[in-house]
Formats: sequence, structure tokens, C-alpha cells
Amino acid sequence: MSGKTLYDKIWDAHVVSTDANGEAILYIDLHLIHEVTTPQAFAGLRAAHRPVRRPDRTLAVADHNIPTEGQALGVGAVADVEARAQLQALERNVADYRIEFFPMGDPRNGIVHVVGPEQGRTQPGMTIVCGDSHTSTHGAFGALAQGIGTSEVEHVLATQTLRQQKSKNMRVTFTGAPAPGVGAKDFALAMIGRIGTSGGTGHVIEFAGEAITALSMEGRMTLCNLTIEGGARAGLVAPDQTTFDYLMGRPSAPKGAAWEMAVRHWRRFVTDADAVFDVEVAIDVSTIAPTVTWGTSPQDVVAVDGRVPDPAQFDTDTAGAIRRALDYMGLEAGQRIDEARIDRVFIGSCTNSRIEDLRAAAAIAAGRQVAPHVRAMVVPGSGLVKDQAESEGLDVIFREAGFDWREPGCSMCLGMNPDRLAPGERCASTSNRNFEGRQGRGGRTHLMSPAMAAAAAVAGHIVDVRTLL
Amino acid sequence: MIPFTRLDAKAAPLDVANIDTDQIIPKQFLKTVDREGLARGLFYDLRFEADGRPKGGFVLDDPAFAGAGVLIAGDNFGCGSSREHAPWALLDFGLRCVISSSFADIFYNNCFQNGLLPIALPREQVRMLMAEAKGGNHVFSVDLETQTVTSPSGQVFAFDIDPGGKEKLLKGLDAIGETLQAAADIDAYEARRALDQPWLELA
Repeated sequence: MSGKTLYDKIWDAHVVSTDANGEAILYIDLHLIHEVTTPQAFAGLRAAHRPVRRPDRTLAVADHNIPTEGQALGVGAVADVEARAQLQALERNVADYRIEFFPMGDPRNGIVHVVGPEQGRTQPGMTIVCGDSHTSTHGAFGALAQGIGTSEVEHVLATQTLRQQKSKNMRVTFTGAPAPGVGAKDFALAMIGRIGTSGGTGHVIEFAGEAITALSMEGRMTLCNLTIEGGARAGLVAPDQTTFDYLMGRPSAPKGAAWEMAVRHWRRFVTDADAVFDVEVAIDVSTIAPTVTWGTSPQDVVAVDGRVPDPAQFDTDTAGAIRRALDYMGLEAGQRIDEARIDRVFIGSCTNSRIEDLRAAAAIAAGRQVAPHVRAMVVPGSGLVKDQAESEGLDVIFREAGFDWREPGCSMCLGMNPDRLAPGERCASTSNRNFEGRQGRGGRTHLMSPAMAAAAAVAGHIVDVRTLL
Repeated sequence: MIPFTRLDAKAAPLDVANIDTDQIIPKQFLKTVDREGLARGLFYDLRFEADGRPKGGFVLDDPAFAGAGVLIAGDNFGCGSSREHAPWALLDFGLRCVISSSFADIFYNNCFQNGLLPIALPREQVRMLMAEAKGGNHVFSVDLETQTVTSPSGQVFAFDIDPGGKEKLLKGLDAIGETLQAAADIDAYEARRALDQPWLELA
């Protein structure tokens, strides 16, 4: 019998029971919640008079619809009536059910997928869920982390378990060393371009290879974050010394003798040498250029020195989809992508708002100026990231270059708060989705790395960051 | 949850691949604390101008498809965000079944929590069904018990579905109630885990 994958091992360690149909009751170690996908879940609990089984294994933040200025004024000052009601509902729910909560304005608050790791709540070998598809981010720690719907949020609150069929195993091995200016965001976009936006459907993807081992935790989080854009609910990187070094000393990480015991436990969560994957993909990162999206799906990728596709060169079905995307994006068939003039820049989101991301963007912005026709904003992933960046003087670099330095939250990644694109505006964005209307109705999103977004801000158009290094 | 057994209804063809949940229900409709009333946001940007005037031309607004109970869509339906508002909006509009060649995992799973039947069929069969759906003057029959879709011309297409999900839809089961019957197993698991990983109990 062949060995087990990392996914197999985490799965096996969390199965409470399995029914005749093969559906498992899977124990959940950590449940992260936020204001947008939980109100109906708490309403369901109340209606059925059910308690929250493990409030101590649940952590709440306010991130999706909070404004990125004036947070110190409190939720009562949030201008959007519906957003305010949702934020107040969360405050009421966490108080009623005694769930730990980092409210808006608390330095520990921020984007849920930045906060979990930052607090040391996210740990290897865990099962983690959240009513948000980018929960895959936490897979960077070797935790099985997946997005769930609101009914499942209610199920986890009530039972601390999830009912689920096991997924298949897929491995993407990244070999080689990246060129300067190329990083985890480019790895992810190149992979999604290769496998397609449904390439990972039904699978959990483990990322392996020397290029992954060499990535920082921030880079691994960016990559795992984007797993869902390749169709897989969860991505995984096996925990190693980089993981343990990141976690050590964080508020919720184990301490002292418990730390030693935990590390011994965590080291077991690696794929056996003789394990067999249902699907294997190999990517040589030395062949990857800084990558951007041209269309309205994360699979619509192009190297920054490349051209957008020409529908004339494709079959009827594909050509139709390309034409529709080009029309929405306001691009000409076959044009160079670096000729696309931009109006806005968004540096932030659960994909790219951590300290390393801000450092990479600041390194490009330093001593340069945002192009006069561009509005650029930087939104740190949490209050603690913001504090760290300010202690390093990054806020000064951004401000002097003409960037708007904001308060933390999901912000213009999904435009639920006032930060959004106007119709027709073109945005260089470090976020995760370039769907039609995602960042604002009629808005045109080009996904790219923080350094590429900063480069676009100063050039005024999409540009190869390697020319600015 | 409303059970799903059999449906005889019109089917609306939406021949677009990768319909994401942002398109199914845009962000501004997520700021609700209710599950009801989301039909007004369904495919909003495709159906309405920014000022709320109907655009016209979208298949679900075509009088020929009024009262449709089935949506037939292109590949990879429901990709993107985990928002359960997507199935809620489809159901609130009156749709009970979506047919596509493939579905994104989270959306697919959310359907089963709400009595919305997602049917995955080979792409050629979806094409045939879409062709028969054009015009709107027809009835498709979806039978979950026998796992078949019968087109207006009488062609029968069999589909696969996970047996647990099927049972949940047929009976309209309350998943939480079911799981709570296993509370003793969960207790035992937690007790074991507290011994193996005591640091998780110290937080």
C-alpha cells in the first residue's frame, strides 16, 4: 500500500466518523468568522435554541465591509447603514455567544486571513474553516483550510464539525529558482493560467518543490490564497523550519514545553515519499516572467512582455469568451499588455497585504512618484501590519510617492466598503479576482504582484517591474 | 429545507462559461442579515443598469422563460466567492435546479444545504439541452429519485450525484440535527484530542 499525502494525514486525524455514503464528520480545530457570512448562521442557531459548541475555538473579526478611514470613530460612525447593521449584528452575536472578537479599530483586527496566522491561531495539521473562499490561505502552514457557506458556518458553530466527502489529491511541484522581480503571485497566476480556473476542482492541492521551500510564509500564504482561483478549495504547504520560525512567540502559539511538544506533532504532517497523487503538475519557476491578468477570469494571464490573445486564433467557443472579456476590459485583440494605461492602483487584500508585500511595493515606490493621472492606495492587512510598516517608515515612502495610506480591511478587493472602482476605470490590483464588477460595477481589474502594482502606479501603465529594479 | 424530488418546468439557457458568484449576486446585496428577498439582486449587473432600470435581453427577463425552474449554464458555474447568497438568490427567483458541465466546489456544496439541485452532465449533453431550451415553449422534467433529466423531445439524460447529497435533498434533511445525533462521538474525539494536543486547550 502506498504512503499517505499530507492531506490524507490531516483528514485521517480529524475524522470523527464516516457514514455509509462515505461522508465524514470532520472535526474543526479553528473557526474564523466575519460580519458578512455569519448573521444568518447565528439567526439559525437562535431559532433552534442551539449553543455554540466551542466558542474558544472560534475567532471573530470585522473586515469585509469596514471603511479604511476613520475606524477610531467606531462602528456607530460607519456611514453605510446596511454595513453598520451587519457590523452591529456581529458585535451582538459574539457577545451573546462569548466568542473572542477583534473589533474594528483594534490593532489586532484586520483581514481574517491575515489575522489568524499573525496571532498564531493558524497552526500546522489543523482543520480551519471560514465563511470565505480565501480561507485556503492558511494552507501555507500545512493546515487543511477551506471556505464554507453560511449553512456550514452554522453547522460548525453548533457542532464544531463539518460533513464532507474527501477530495482527491493533486500536487503542483515548483522547481528551479525565480528570476529577480518574480515571486509567489507570479507562481500562482502562472499556475492558474496553466491548469485553468476549474483545474483543481474536487482536489486539494499540495505545493511542493525547491521553489516552495525557498518561499517565506508570506509568499506561501499568497500562493495558497490563490488556490481557490484554480478551483481547489484548499492548498497545502508542508510545515518546515520556516513555518515554525514564523509561529514561535506569536500570541496564540504554544509556549515552553508545549511548544516542543507541538513542533514534534507538526513535523508528522508531511507527505510520505511513496504517496501517490491523483494529479501531478510540474512548473519550472525559472521560466516565469512577472505575470498579469488581461481578462475577467484569473486564468486569463499573460507575461508582462506579452500580448493579449486574438480571438481569431481560437475555436468558436473560446473566441466568444475572449471577445466578451476583451470588450469588458476595453482592450484590443493582440495588443501589448504593457500598453494598458491604468487609472487606479490597489495594494492590499488577503492575497497581498502583509508586511513583506508592503516592503516589496515600497522598494519600487521609494524615491519615485505616482503618475499624475493615477490614484493609488495601500491598505495594510491588519492593524499590526500597519503598525509594523509605520515603524519601518514604509508609510512615509508611500505618502511621499503619492500613495494613499489607509486603515486595514478587505477594501477594494471586493468593494463592499466605499473603496471601489468607477465604471470603466482600469486598476492594477494585488487582489485575487478580476471578475466583471468585482471591484466596482464596470471596473477593470488587472491582477499582479505588489511590486508590479507599485511599478504600474509610477509608470501610469502596466509595466515590467524588472525595468525598475 | 424544502425537499427536492421532481420538477417539471421551463429551462432557461445561459450559454456563458465561468459564471462566478459575483455575477450571480453582486456585493451590494451581501449586506443583509436575512436569507430572503435576494431575487432582486440575481444577476443584477447583467439585468439592470447602474441606476436600476432594466437592461432587457437577459434570458431570465425574457417573457418566454417566465417561471423557469431550471437554469442551464456553461462550464464551471458558481466559481469564486463562498457566498451562500448565490443559491439563496437563485432559489428566491424561483429556480430549483442548475444544469452545467461542471460546478465550483463551494457553490456545489452550498446548493445541497438549500434544496437547489446542481446537475453535472457531459458538455455535449449540456449543449443538446441548451439547444432544446431555446425559445422557451417547453417542459423539462428533472427526477432526482431516478437521477434523470428528460428533455422536451423526450431524450433522457442520466446524471450522477453523491448519495449523501441526494438523500439530503430528497428528504430536506437538517444537517445539524443529524450531526448532533453523533454528539457522543464528537465528545470522545475532543477528549482524545485534549490528551494528544493539550496546547490547543490552553488558548
